[in-house]
Amino acid sequence: MGELMIGLSVFVLATLTGREVITKVPPTLHTPLMSGANAISGIAIVGAIVVAGRAEGALQTGLGIAAIAMAMINVVGGFMVTDRMLGMFRKR
Amino acid sequence: MNIDHPLIEVAYLLSAILFVVGLKRLQSPATARGGNALASLAMLVAIVATVVDAEILTWNGILTGVALGSLIGAIAARRVEMTEMPQLVGIFNGFGGGASALVAIAEFVGNPAIGAGSTGVTIMLGTLIGAVTFTGSFVAFAKLQGLMTGNPITFPGQNPFNAVVFLAVLALATTALGVGGLAVPTLTLFWIFLGVALLLGILTVIPIGGADMPVVISLLNSYSGLAASAAGFVIGNMVLIISGALVGAAGLILTMLMCKGMNRSLANVVFGGFGGEVAGVDRSQIGKRPVKRADAEAVAAELGYVNSVVVVPGYGLAVAQAQHELRKVGDLLVDRGVDVKYAIHPVAGRMPGHMNVLLAEADVSYDKLFDLDEINSDFDNTDAVLIVGANDVVNPAARDPESIIAGMPILDVDHARRVIVMKRSLSPGFAGIDNDLFYLDNTLMFFGDAKESMSDLVREVRELA
Repeated sequence: MGELMIGLSVFVLATLTGREVITKVPPTLHTPLMSGANAISGIAIVGAIVVAGRAEGALQTGLGIAAIAMAMINVVGGFMVTDRMLGMFRKR
Repeated sequence: MNIDHPLIEVAYLLSAILFVVGLKRLQSPATARGGNALASLAMLVAIVATVVDAEILTWNGILTGVALGSLIGAIAARRVEMTEMPQLVGIFNGFGGGASALVAIAEFVGNPAIGAGSTGVTIMLGTLIGAVTFTGSFVAFAKLQGLMTGNPITFPGQNPFNAVVFLAVLALATTALGVGGLAVPTLTLFWIFLGVALLLGILTVIPIGGADMPVVISLLNSYSGLAASAAGFVIGNMVLIISGALVGAAGLILTMLMCKGMNRSLANVVFGGFGGEVAGVDRSQIGKRPVKRADAEAVAAELGYVNSVVVVPGYGLAVAQAQHELRKVGDLLVDRGVDVKYAIHPVAGRMPGHMNVLLAEADVSYDKLFDLDEINSDFDNTDAVLIVGANDVVNPAARDPESIIAGMPILDVDHARRVIVMKRSLSPGFAGIDNDLFYLDNTLMFFGDAKESMSDLVREVRELA
């Protein structure tokens, strides 16, 4: 199997897994779900570090650093705000 | 994949597993906070593995980027008001999409002669989805924040025009991969492609009205995940592909739920230009029919001496910041032995689950919050319904096949013995049509600003014998 096919298989299976898991999240948690998912999409940080680490020339370096900054806003902001919201959900 | 360092691949696998388990824990409010912590641990594992593995030539830039991004993210997360959550999530979507696009862009810049192989194609896909997410999210943010009009911005021939722009993007992407053998350098074509892709993001979101933003934010959330997946294909990294796919699925599920909540197709939301002035609806009679009015004292009496009350909060409650006063009313009623529940329509707020967060912030116990399917059968046995700042989601016109909101799922509040509507005036909601509920025999209109009315109500309920 080529690398592309492996990647596609993983992508499809992960999508199906995501569907199974996320369909069962109750509506009351849909906002934290979205902000949490948002933080997870900050996984682009991994790509950004790879790109910035091996960058040649100012343009590539600049693009890599900008990507890191944007992804970290997502990661740190996303997980923190999700935690803040979930801390509010109390049962009395 | 990195065959030289199997341990790194194991770390990435562990990270992917933790993401899935973390999301699974979001299935209950009791475990959700731990789930979020697991997901952030997953992120840390992925980042550490990458840092160990990647050949990093200079650290300064990376650390600067990490510090800057973390600082901005932390400040935004701490300062944001819960009412502004849709904007925040909207702009975070944009940054996620932007980051993925930049990864793909940097890869192309490093090798502009990459050609139309699988890596080349995924670079174009990653750039396109990421760029559309980036500018689209900023437009959504501007609309929600009130920096631009929340009404749809439409012009004649808009959809054909957008279709042409989309085809142009595809053509530019293809030629930038060297197909067609143009004399123009591929890097130049790529920059034009990027510019048009960014424009496409703006064009696709401006025709969508403010109250349709829950759908748009969910959809852009999905895109930000797909962009991350595409970036994963570009650099051959499984954890990116997997996490991106999870986010893509989450966003898509929420998108579909929001569409279902409004009984509209995704195509109708995205291309419909819904909201604002609706043609063919007679608005001249809106607010002309007689209604029964009640003041705070009368409403307190209606709520304080019954067994069951269901509160239906709408976006107007959040706008007036009256959720804390509402909770006080709820507490006082519970102290009087009244069973108080909250009925939450899927599109009650400006994003999925928004109203639940607003009520949770006001310290309403989450087991008192019920969604439409859970509560609709209860209204037959409910003594009184208190509607605060909601309109279209309780409009019985949805049962009329002739109505423009025909088929939209509504809360069957008119089945309750008494309906109290707290509202500023008889003005129509987002759909722009009158609401027959206001004129029913068992309906009382309690006019005024939600926060002031609610404060009055707190006082009057306290004074009940």
